[in-house]
Amino acid sequence: MTIGEVVKLLDAEILCGEDRLETEIHTACGSDMMSDVLAYVKDQSVLLTGLLNPQVVRTAEMMDMLCIVFVRGKRPEQPVIELAREKGIVLLCTQKRLFVACGILYTNGLGG
Amino acid sequence: MNECIRLEYDVDGENFASAGHASESVKRTLKQMGVSSLSVRRVAIAMYEGEINMVIHAHGGRAVAEIYPDHIDIRLEDHGPGIADISLAMQAGYSTATENIRSLGFGAGMGLPNMKKYSDDMQIESTVGEGTTVKLRVDFEE
Repeated sequence: MTIGEVVKLLDAEILCGEDRLETEIHTACGSDMMSDVLAYVKDQSVLLTGLLNPQVVRTAEMMDMLCIVFVRGKRPEQPVIELAREKGIVLLCTQKRLFVACGILYTNGLGG
Repeated sequence: MNECIRLEYDVDGENFASAGHASESVKRTLKQMGVSSLSVRRVAIAMYEGEINMVIHAHGGRAVAEIYPDHIDIRLEDHGPGIADISLAMQAGYSTATENIRSLGFGAGMGLPNMKKYSDDMQIESTVGEGTTVKLRVDFEE
């Protein structure tokens, strides 16, 4: 699946990284606890979360993730978007809840 | 081989937003040196957890990284409250973090266990009321 397909499946808004929608992704994880995200080193490329602070971007960066999806219609502040842009991480925003967003991506072939 | 690249950072304990700056810098340096991506990620996560701990528990401190051809030594030193019971603090899920810290996405009690998991050696020296020093070593895979 590409990041562009994630945008379509989640009816998401692109906050930054419009030029990376063709990037292929294979796995994702969903959590509001960054400590838990950091506890599992795999090649997960997408992080779905309802947390909005800059450490979400830093956590994704440490894990070499490519894309963050903010759920429940939450939008981070501009400095967080700028940090992600600087790190080359795509930021998306969807109205869907975490469980639903993860379920949609999972049933469409994205692994855990 | 004894030659190493030494990097030092002040970790600002008053600025949660900037936490991770030192780990990010070390990660970038290792990548530029051509260290394998798995090793870089192990270092980044172990050091980042330590850096976050310094900010949320200990009002910041000092981070020193010494990069050798086959491994990295990291020292994280703070003058925070110290750890009363290190073996308890090492248990996954145990945390003294406040609700405020949890609302920021940390304090799940995985910090120290993660640091141990992603490093090849970890030593903790801590005195209550004086501070904590964590030493990490990560060997680079071929």
